[in-house]
Amino acid sequence: MTKSKNIESDNSRRGFLRQSGLAVAGVGLVAAVGAPADAAKRRRVARGGAQGDVGVMQGALALEHEGIAAYKIAGASGLLTPDVLKVALVFLGHHEGHREALASLIMKAGGNPVEPKTDAEYIKELDLGALKTQGDVVTLATRLEQGAANAYVGQIAAISDNSTAKLFAQLATDEAVHWAVLNGALGNAVPTPTFLFG
Amino acid sequence: MIRGMTLPVAATLLAISAAALAATPGNPETGRQQYEAKCGGCHSLDSNRVGPRHRGVIGRRPGSVPGYAYSPAVKALGGVWTPNRMDQWLQDPQKLAPGSKMYLTVSSATTRRDIIAYLQSVSPPATKKPR
Repeated sequence: MTKSKNIESDNSRRGFLRQSGLAVAGVGLVAAVGAPADAAKRRRVARGGAQGDVGVMQGALALEHEGIAAYKIAGASGLLTPDVLKVALVFLGHHEGHREALASLIMKAGGNPVEPKTDAEYIKELDLGALKTQGDVVTLATRLEQGAANAYVGQIAAISDNSTAKLFAQLATDEAVHWAVLNGALGNAVPTPTFLFG
Repeated sequence: MIRGMTLPVAATLLAISAAALAATPGNPETGRQQYEAKCGGCHSLDSNRVGPRHRGVIGRRPGSVPGYAYSPAVKALGGVWTPNRMDQWLQDPQKLAPGSKMYLTVSSATTRRDIIAYLQSVSPPATKKPR
């Protein structure tokens, strides 16, 4: 947003507050708008700062570990046709890239990246033993990708560092693409409500 | 529409709207769909995954599911998960329990209400305290 647009926005906001009789309550808001650096600092503190960002990334890394395991185990199950397996391996590669990016950032921030669980644990937790057909695998993957996209979008507001927030936007959009491909493969319609994630 | 409205009138209308929304029961079926979409990345009803399992969560003591490594922040919460407390948690878990593992927020009051209705539907009914 440009500075002039900000000023226009501020003016219209003040006018609205005066007209609605909420001018007194608006004094604090206008003061905050007039000091963006202070507001940003307060936001960072409120969000937990760098330590909070590491916590968000650790959760994301755990999610990526689970996704990698799911694709690897399902890929080796013999349930997928070669064409579907090819797509699954592309998605697996994306998740491995996500894992590397998150682990690297966590280490740069002084954290110890969370380790993956065992395959046996993932098989139990995701009930992978119940998968009997390719359709079962694609249905599970669709659900996990949708959950991951929502998880990433839903955590962006908690991130204080802009570059980490951008990474989460990238993670979310990758998962959204995976979901869209899988959802289409299942023959499901695209949901009609606006804002499919978040 | 708000032009000319006095502060007390506006505040009263807002309070009435919020109270009406809070009093409206959530839809467990819509909540199930929202739960799977928004919570299913990390949670399941019957498995500890990135987050703890959720069956029976309403009425349960925070940090009490066996086999899940909770943060000290959640373990220290005390009390039990009530619908109101769950609503606060979903609005901002870091505000309720700073340092907890969950950072995801659900901004829509309607969505939170439906998700909580679903979680209540998979939790045992509250039992009365013995007299």
